[in-house]
Amino acid sequence: MSVVDVIASALVLLGVTFTLLGAIGLQRFPDVFARMHAVSKPVTLGLGLTLLGAALHLDAPGAKVKLLLVVVLQLTTAPLSSHMIGRAAYRAGTELSPDTTIDEVTAAELEHG
Amino acid sequence: MTTVTTVAMAGLVAAGLLCLLRLLRGRSLADRVVALDALLLVVVSGIAVMAVRRDSDTFLNVLVVTALVSFIGTVTVARFIERRGT
Repeated sequence: MSVVDVIASALVLLGVTFTLLGAIGLQRFPDVFARMHAVSKPVTLGLGLTLLGAALHLDAPGAKVKLLLVVVLQLTTAPLSSHMIGRAAYRAGTELSPDTTIDEVTAAELEHG
Repeated sequence: MTTVTTVAMAGLVAAGLLCLLRLLRGRSLADRVVALDALLLVVVSGIAVMAVRRDSDTFLNVLVVTALVSFIGTVTVARFIERRGT
């Protein structure tokens, strides 16, 4: 194995680890908002690392461009979609976990009417 | 590289099963959307790992399309939830 392949393998394995941790968080966390927090960040990071590893390994120039395109797309769209789901779930009245200590939206609405 | 991709695939299958379990158990529609989003990202990772294993770039178009569809689907259902409620 060449040096590039070793780095690519390390990136792929690290990315898969992050993805797996995100999926475990999806099971273990108490409500939608915590689960979204567990999914959007580690899984996006894991996907980015995996795709970077694949881009290092694959030789065709088109392959590298496509993989990097997906990484950029994911990095720009993940915050958007998480934000939209979070807002929609909150407005639809999804129940918060009983462990929630601060609900800033309701606090702001009480303050400003 | 084959060993690495086998281990990576095993990890991704475990992650996919966990997402699927959350998709089935849900509780609210938003939970299911989050789980489906995560599941699609796991599938995208799996396609990339498969491309590395086979040393071919045939699947990469599928990868771009899947990433785009996952975003559009999530945003669409988010708007639906906002209008209809959980």
